Amino acid sequence: MAVPVQLEPTNLTPGPPAVKPVAGRSLWRIAWSRLRKDKVALASAAFVILVVLVAIFAPVLTSIVGVNPDEPNYGLLDPNTALPAGSFGGMSSHHPFGVEPLSGRDVFARVVYGARISLLVASLATLLSVVLGTVMGLISGYVGGWIGGLIARLMDLLLAFPLLLFAIAIVAVIPDSAFGLNGNTLRLFILVFIIGFFSWPYIGRIVRGQVLSLKEKDFVAAARGTGAGSIRIMMQELLPNLVAPILVYTTLLIPTNILFEAALSYLGVGVKPPTSSWGDMLSTAAGGLFRVDPTFMVVPGVAIFLTVLAFNLLGDALRDAFDPRGGG
Amino acid sequence: MNSHDSTGPASTGGAAPVGADAFLKGAAPPAPSTSPAAPVVMDKPDPVPMEKLAAVTTAASGDALLRVTDLQVHFPVTQGALVARKIGAVRAVDGLNFAIRRGETLGLVGESGSGKSTTGRAIARLLEPTGGKVEFDGRDITHLSARTMRPLRRDIQMIFQDPYTSLNPRHTVGSIVSAPLKIVGDLSGDALKARVRDLLELVGLSPEHLNRYPHEFSGGQRQRIGIARALATHPKLVIADEPVSALDVSVRAQVVNLLGDLQSELGLTYMFIAHDLSVVRHISDRVAVMYLGTIVEMADRAGMYEHPLHPYTHALLSAVPVPDPAKQHRRERILLRGDPPTPLNPPAACRFNPRCWKAEEVCRTVEPPLVEIQPGHQVACHFPEERELV
Ligand SMILES: Nc1ncnc2c1ncn2[C@@H]1O[C@H](COP(=O)(O)OP(=O)(O)O)[C@@H](O)[C@H]1O
Ligand code: SF4
Ligand SMILES: [Mg+2]
Repeated sequence: MAVPVQLEPTNLTPGPPAVKPVAGRSLWRIAWSRLRKDKVALASAAFVILVVLVAIFAPVLTSIVGVNPDEPNYGLLDPNTALPAGSFGGMSSHHPFGVEPLSGRDVFARVVYGARISLLVASLATLLSVVLGTVMGLISGYVGGWIGGLIARLMDLLLAFPLLLFAIAIVAVIPDSAFGLNGNTLRLFILVFIIGFFSWPYIGRIVRGQVLSLKEKDFVAAARGTGAGSIRIMMQELLPNLVAPILVYTTLLIPTNILFEAALSYLGVGVKPPTSSWGDMLSTAAGGLFRVDPTFMVVPGVAIFLTVLAFNLLGDALRDAFDPRGGG
Repeated sequence: MNSHDSTGPASTGGAAPVGADAFLKGAAPPAPSTSPAAPVVMDKPDPVPMEKLAAVTTAASGDALLRVTDLQVHFPVTQGALVARKIGAVRAVDGLNFAIRRGETLGLVGESGSGKSTTGRAIARLLEPTGGKVEFDGRDITHLSARTMRPLRRDIQMIFQDPYTSLNPRHTVGSIVSAPLKIVGDLSGDALKARVRDLLELVGLSPEHLNRYPHEFSGGQRQRIGIARALATHPKLVIADEPVSALDVSVRAQVVNLLGDLQSELGLTYMFIAHDLSVVRHISDRVAVMYLGTIVEMADRAGMYEHPLHPYTHALLSAVPVPDPAKQHRRERILLRGDPPTPLNPPAACRFNPRCWKAEEVCRTVEPPLVEIQPGHQVACHFPEERELV
């Protein structure tokens, strides 16, 4: 039995209400003050911003340097081997990252333009999976019942799906035009759809887990007790509590999806030349050219590696910053 | 509750689901000792405050705001991941009968796990009752659909036990207190803001705190925010589920007193849940003691604290410290054996029998019905008697 309480009869007049709130900080401010002290987080965030700016301003950047991603430069190739003339893949002041074997196209320009496709696909796919994952996770967790169970099993199924096999099958059947789209637009659409569709369960599972514990809290009962319906509860009571975890896992999902795009490009589902993406550049190099021209593989490889690393470090830092148990 | 055999010596033969009417015959019942041997020494009776007397008199119409008949709430226990198979039921609430009159406070007391919150939530229709009937304001609300229940929700509001989980950490105080009003749709714009400010003032908070978040407040202040939210829609019945259990001992009295003041100011009816008899002593007109999903004793305040009849009530009261240190020293503390059994598989017949020092064979075979032994004093025990507690 709990400690007995004694209500002093002398204390029956209401005491002065203690109304001085303790100085408090919101979740966001606490997270921000922690992030500010985290050097790795700041460096990663700076790198991520840099990559995004590079992608957005790719045309400006390439015209400043004076290169073009699609223009072949056969003059820069060794006429016998079709490999870039000169050391390190033909690096020079005009072509800082060298030129491509076979065509002599500028690698810097292709990597900069490739950032556009890679980031566009990864972020659109991530957006799709965050929206799907949040909606499905909320329904699965809050509504529960057989619908909730069904969604939970579907998420397990998708996460266990032999995705790359599926991708190989897709390659065989991608038409040249569908849904009123054709060429690389269609391929981009397919990439975004496949990646988004197979990665929403990552978000969905996180959201579902959070909702399952949130919905037992009394503030949800209080909302139901005033007549709030399920949609209102999901949108107004639960969703605001999910923003931080969703942000963290979004940051962690983007790099996964960059790699996903690279893998799909390697399997042939990616964009077709002359348009470049990091995955496409990497897979061309991995086709065998890396043995004779390693620079050609190192450049997109390093771009992917650094970007993925930066997103991951940032995501981890965000997770720590939002961790209610964390210090600081 | 199917047998109404008069086990108690002074049974008036009233049916079990009494409450309102019978109680009124004796607001301060004479106390004939049911055990001829033991002389009864009583604690100093509390003076009945004027407004309580008034409440009793005005309620003399026998007008019940809430009437609960044979209420049951069972939680199915299931097994199996894909296809859930029901393998049993937690009988959290198992046949409750009581009524609460307008303007009255019913204290509902029992150990943790005795089914108090489940009772409160079933009445507020946050849970679907398994059986029985809940009538509010003369209307059967037991199985109303979410849609038909919605307009009634403004009349029944809850105050929750845990001030840390009952307020959404991502909402400001203003949006927490205004949420019920927005759903009900009475007020908007400046009128809504003004009402929220009034409510904050009513519960002793500064209206300046409108834009603050719950974590900026102490437990007692948060509980005041919860009270403001509960009062926003002018409810008739407020179910306070252990509103002070999670609070610092030093602020408990303040919050209880605030609730008392609000009651007389706004004419509220309370169901006040606590796990400790001392918490509800000053605020309750009547008290019901629950054990494992059933009511074992129900009486008006004087009857419950001065002439308790059920062994479980004796045990609960013996844990309440008395102000007089000499008495406290002499007083015998009844220690119950073991923990309360699980409501998944409650003991047969009298549910209290495995822990009762008076248990006899009949207690293990015949369930003692809740019968009125003295006017307004119901007890479910084969051997009810007063006991010298001090
Ligand atoms: N949602 C639920 N599912 C299963 N069992 C429950 C649920 N809610 C409460 N119980 C059980 O019902 C019993 C009564 O719980 P509760 O009403 O919370 O008791 P109290 O408020 O008196 O502490 C407990 O044994 C508890 O474990
Ligand atoms: S009925 Fe028997 S076991 Fe139950 S409380 Fe009374 S004396 Fe104890
Ligand atoms: Mg409880």
